[in-house]
Amino acid sequence: MAMKFEKSGDGAYMLNVTGYTCPHPQMYTKKALQKIESGSVLTLVFDNPSSGESIISMCESEGNDLYERSDEGGTFTWKIRKG
Amino acid sequence: MSNSREVCDVGISAKGGVSVKHRGGMYAGVIVALVALASAIALAIDTRFLYMLVYVWFGVVYGLLLQYGRFCMASAVRDLFAVGVPRMAVGVMIAVALYSLTAAAVTLGGFSTFHAHPLGWHIIIGGIIFGFGIIFTGGCASSSLYKSGEGNIGSMLVLVSISFSQAIFVSSEWFSGLVPDSWTQSALEKGMPEELEITSTWFDQFMAGYIWDLQGGTVAEMMGREGTFFGIFVGNALLGAILPTLAILVFLYIVAYRKGYMRRSKIESPSFGDHMRGIWSMFTTSKNTALAGLGIGIFAGLQMWSTGALREYYEIFNFGEMLEDMGHTTGISIQGTVFDPGYWYITTQEAQWGGWVLNKLGFENMNNIFFGLENGLPSPLLNAPGMMSIGIILGAAVLANINREFKWKMPSMETAMFALIGGALMGIGARVGMGCNVGAFFAAVTNGDLTGWIFLFGMAVGGYLGVKAFTWWIEWRASRNDDEFAL
Repeated sequence: MAMKFEKSGDGAYMLNVTGYTCPHPQMYTKKALQKIESGSVLTLVFDNPSSGESIISMCESEGNDLYERSDEGGTFTWKIRKG
Repeated sequence: MSNSREVCDVGISAKGGVSVKHRGGMYAGVIVALVALASAIALAIDTRFLYMLVYVWFGVVYGLLLQYGRFCMASAVRDLFAVGVPRMAVGVMIAVALYSLTAAAVTLGGFSTFHAHPLGWHIIIGGIIFGFGIIFTGGCASSSLYKSGEGNIGSMLVLVSISFSQAIFVSSEWFSGLVPDSWTQSALEKGMPEELEITSTWFDQFMAGYIWDLQGGTVAEMMGREGTFFGIFVGNALLGAILPTLAILVFLYIVAYRKGYMRRSKIESPSFGDHMRGIWSMFTTSKNTALAGLGIGIFAGLQMWSTGALREYYEIFNFGEMLEDMGHTTGISIQGTVFDPGYWYITTQEAQWGGWVLNKLGFENMNNIFFGLENGLPSPLLNAPGMMSIGIILGAAVLANINREFKWKMPSMETAMFALIGGALMGIGARVGMGCNVGAFFAAVTNGDLTGWIFLFGMAVGGYLGVKAFTWWIEWRASRNDDEFAL
């Protein structure tokens, strides 16, 4: 499956990187967060558990708010509000 | 919000999916039961298979620990350069410090099977090639195993590529034109048996004409204090592992953690105490990896001890002798040995898997040093360290199922292509550098062998170049796409 990044609403974006292993998910997340406006929400869908660890640390160090996380059978859907 | 276990909990409670969790637990139970059943069958065939089962079950434990700590050297190097996250690098460094203490206890107890690596340019060159490769595969040698256990097909492709690239690299004549005359001369002077055809491949002449002429030693040996408490704990552990680790941790704090921590804590002019709290905060975010490293250290020590005790009990020096006694004479080296390190190791047994398949397909590859003289080519079912690697995959699968992180993941075309190319670079880098992130770095530095730090430096340089190349690749791809949402 190819990576998909799109605007899903007003101030809302969706990034789907399922099927990608490290380092794609964290690098694409970083690039997507650079692209969106401050205060916007990025919904991130991925299935490589270890990328999640890097994304948590990245959000912490860059001041972005990872405020919702869910997991369905190994697919993670996280919501990040850009700080 | 400090580790992924919480992520799972969130998922479970949000979905109310207790039954799903239960099914994961059931799969985990089935895997453990199957390993137990296979072990019982092996023992029923011949009780001496206990020797191999020690590898299997320690492998299962390593798999649990690797998955728990997400122990990934690729992530350690890459996330630092690619996304500015030092978490895994910190975890691995703490793990090195803790493991060095258990390794010192094992050495002092007299049951260490570790030998220092020879010092030479090959270490840094191998490290660079390996480090470049791991950026593209998304995992190092050990994490490709545990990620395979999480159902990651891309990581399985990495294993296939590492296996075959090594097997081809050590036995093909492709690069023999690049061998310096001095290596050929020196190799000939070793007087090796004729059936090894020592001057036909690049790798044989690299081994016999270059590697065998080099020297190496642990810090304790360099101090002339090997076998003593001072040499082992102060020389090997403190000077060889813990002090370099502390220096790297301080460096990581300064370059990659301090700024973000001070901003989050709203501290403008930090005091010494603030920095100490910052360093502690950096440590705690890497808790799982550090604990996994400590666990691996303890179990690697126990494995050395168990294997040593069984060798004494069965009066053997190497598993090859036992296999011959059992009547399994195929694939044993001309010295009567097979690869049997007695502790945590990754890449050599993967090379044997690839070599065994090629051998069955009709390639003559028992006439070289790597397979023919040293490691042999036993059937995968009789390859004890290979069974440890299977154990690692299964152990990781057990925990991934319990944590609801298991999922069969088909790679994208790009991931699959990178897995094969990166895996081949990892295989070649591991053979040139005499090991991977485990054998050439982790197991080396924790036993007071400073060549491991050189391999790490090479890996970091390769990783940095790999991140540059990878970033260039994704930017090039995005530039071809006229979409405003191209990344």
